[in-house]
Amino acid sequence: MAAGIACLFMLALVAGPAGAQTTEYMLTNGMKVIVKEDHRAPTVAHMVWYRAGSIDEVNGKTGVAHLLEHMMFKGTREFGAGEFSKRIASLGGRENAFTSRDYTGYYQQLHKSALAEAMKLESDRMHNLVLSKEEFEKEIKVVMEERRWRTEDRAQSLVMEQLNATAFVASPYRAPTVGWMNDLEAMTVDDAREWYERWYAPNNALLIVAGDVQPAEVLALAERTYGRLPARPLPARKPQIEPPQRGLRRVAVKAPADNPMVVMGFHVPALRDVERDVDPYALEVLSAMLALNDTGRFTRRLVREQRVANAAEAGYDMISRGPGLFLLMAVPAEGRTTEDTERAMRAEIARIATEGVPEDELKRIKTQYVAAETYKLDSIFAQAMEAAQLEITGFAQRDDARILERVRGVSSAQVQDVARRYFGDDTLTVVTLLPQPVGEKRAAPPAGLRH
Amino acid sequence: MLITRFPFPSVSRLLAFLMFAVLTLAAMPARAVLPIEHWTAPSGARVYFVRAPAIPMVDIAVVFDAGARLDPPAKSGLASLVAGMLDAGVPGMDEEAIARTLADIGAQRGASATDDRLTVTLRSLTSEAELAAALRVTERTLSAPTFPAAVLTRERERILQALREAQTKPETLAQQAFSSGLYGSHPYGRYATEASVQALQVADLTDFHKRHFSAARAVVAIIGDIDRARAEAIAQQLTGQLPKGQAAPVLPAVVRPSGGERRIAHPASQSHLLIGTPGIAWGDPDQFALLVGNYVLGGGGFVSRLYGEVREKRGLAYSVYSYFIPNLQPGPFVISLQTQREQTDTALAVVRETLTRFLRDGPTEAEVQAAKSNLVGGFPLRIDSNRKILDNLANIGFNRLPLDYLERWPDRVQAVTVEQIRAAFARHLKPESLVTVVVGAGAQPAR
Repeated sequence: MAAGIACLFMLALVAGPAGAQTTEYMLTNGMKVIVKEDHRAPTVAHMVWYRAGSIDEVNGKTGVAHLLEHMMFKGTREFGAGEFSKRIASLGGRENAFTSRDYTGYYQQLHKSALAEAMKLESDRMHNLVLSKEEFEKEIKVVMEERRWRTEDRAQSLVMEQLNATAFVASPYRAPTVGWMNDLEAMTVDDAREWYERWYAPNNALLIVAGDVQPAEVLALAERTYGRLPARPLPARKPQIEPPQRGLRRVAVKAPADNPMVVMGFHVPALRDVERDVDPYALEVLSAMLALNDTGRFTRRLVREQRVANAAEAGYDMISRGPGLFLLMAVPAEGRTTEDTERAMRAEIARIATEGVPEDELKRIKTQYVAAETYKLDSIFAQAMEAAQLEITGFAQRDDARILERVRGVSSAQVQDVARRYFGDDTLTVVTLLPQPVGEKRAAPPAGLRH
Repeated sequence: MLITRFPFPSVSRLLAFLMFAVLTLAAMPARAVLPIEHWTAPSGARVYFVRAPAIPMVDIAVVFDAGARLDPPAKSGLASLVAGMLDAGVPGMDEEAIARTLADIGAQRGASATDDRLTVTLRSLTSEAELAAALRVTERTLSAPTFPAAVLTRERERILQALREAQTKPETLAQQAFSSGLYGSHPYGRYATEASVQALQVADLTDFHKRHFSAARAVVAIIGDIDRARAEAIAQQLTGQLPKGQAAPVLPAVVRPSGGERRIAHPASQSHLLIGTPGIAWGDPDQFALLVGNYVLGGGGFVSRLYGEVREKRGLAYSVYSYFIPNLQPGPFVISLQTQREQTDTALAVVRETLTRFLRDGPTEAEVQAAKSNLVGGFPLRIDSNRKILDNLANIGFNRLPLDYLERWPDRVQAVTVEQIRAAFARHLKPESLVTVVVGAGAQPAR
């Protein structure tokens, strides 16, 4: 076979830093373009993100953001149903799409020579989608299967779903991204169309191309494809600020399982101002201190020393469009209860609130953050995801370095301070899993999940 | 939480799937596609190295022929537990000290076991102090793990609890029945149970380590920003303290199962369906025909026949796919899906009809062309990061594939014909040997 083809596949294992050079453009229609260069291999990741997730949904129509994501593969005025995937596949591409609370994203990973075709196809379905009743009727069934698979039959998913539904009252974060089952049952193709017409506009989208590309060439392609689509006025987004919680909320979930489990959620701030905010960075460090791999205090003390838990985790995502929630999760050890693990997890936070954090422990956490920055360079895809997430949440991708710097600057006193201020009873929601035997009879589902 | 359009198989499966699907290349270039250097360390371990100077880091995998298939009967779960407890202690260091040492230098270490392999991975910065410390600890965990009794007691409790939880899940029950159905008493058919894990003692771990952790059984894969001399030193350091050892014991052959359908009642809202049979081992001459054919049947993401018939046309499932896992001995061929319990038999009939038609008529010429263009065109995606290349190196080393395996791959994919696919599927997927497992609706077979 021709040597020319071989060259296409040759890996460029060249010396020199892989630290991605990043270039930004703004198309005249308001669509932002970000290009991250990585010339190690002749591949490219092409992504389009829409600033439309389940946070933008309204009551009765939960799950529509995700349903529309599925419908985006069902054909346009130009290409028939399934044609998008067939063409990407024939180009050697891999593709998928995802929906979260904050955004909906579509991506293809391909040889760089296929980028132009992917951009043509992706920009086509941004404005040309055909939403037929027939395709909708089939796909909504697929989505209901997805909900069963993802949530209905998984005790832990039901627990998390109840945690959000209880911790949040006004914020749309209370609804699951996949949607409540009854909302899916009642959904119509018109709901999908309304969503598409409302949010799928270039000025509500972000293009990221990462890999073995030249920024000027990507820009030229972007202008010929996405750049031709007109901007559209976007509807106003209601703030839907979560009102302050005024007292402990405690909920039980009964579901088929063997191990009990407890999840606790504390209302905390998310990052809003990279320069002025302090608490989100301190909370980030606190969560790492508790649960970053085997050296975290939860594993060290709760799982290994006290044997009160068989697993214990902490989680906090400071980058989000909606309100922040600091999570603690544990599975009690044999002979211990969820009350024991709940108490033990809160005792660890109380201890940090009283004693602060030793410098060597703080340094260990930061070392791992710094090393992870280097390791991250191995995956251009992960870098593109991270950049897009920052942009879509209202930050700039270039804030990345500054955010890490701020995390590295967190002091022991700041960790102690957030441990003191955010972990009282009044902003806490606790959900406990009460395992039910897996019998011939189905365990009763928790209220609200089914009609 | 991120939810995706299509669920990919669980990580370990996915890995195996990729390793099979992975090794593709379009043409035969004068230069190697991937400049793999290979040698045998003085210890006797076989080493596979690629220099990648772009990022100041190194990835290492030490792969032992010490997978779960070598678990003694009635002690299933041993290989996994050994992997999990290598870092539970070495002379002079407890688990806490080991974890801290690695964290203090930002190194990431992992260990796990599959049916065939026991793998320890290390990712470290290449700055000398960091790398030296990471290697020192990792070497100790390979050659001198102490398996402290107190840690064993704790880990056993944790595993037992996780097993009891897993036992309530339809996917676990399905997987267990499927393994037994395919492999019977062969080691590939065994799985950890409460009794087998209860039985594990320190002596079992020590003995397993002594018998199976040897240089002769080790493959070291390395990629990163180091030169050949450093790579040689690393490979020797990591394996030099191990006994020379011998090849793994020969296991009994995999016997074709008698097939049939097994139903297990479960109240979940979805039934879990698995259909399959033992497939192929590495090096099987039909490997490429099966790879291309399976892409058409159920391997090709959103464009396979199973996806089209089950999901796209009828909305019967969110997740449906098929794959082969080549192992040292014939690994499974699997079709997997989940569907609302009330429509279990409808979905099963569609899958069977799709498979039967595929086995009878084979793929069309157009389908085979589309499969080849995806597999060959998508090749660079399979080696475009250090992590992916590391997996390929480990795979080539562990399965003793030739060094030009990658270069020859595309030609071998391109050479596959419709007729070869039909013949290969007829050879390996005998309808009378297909095992069907349904966990969910109905305790009796439908027919």
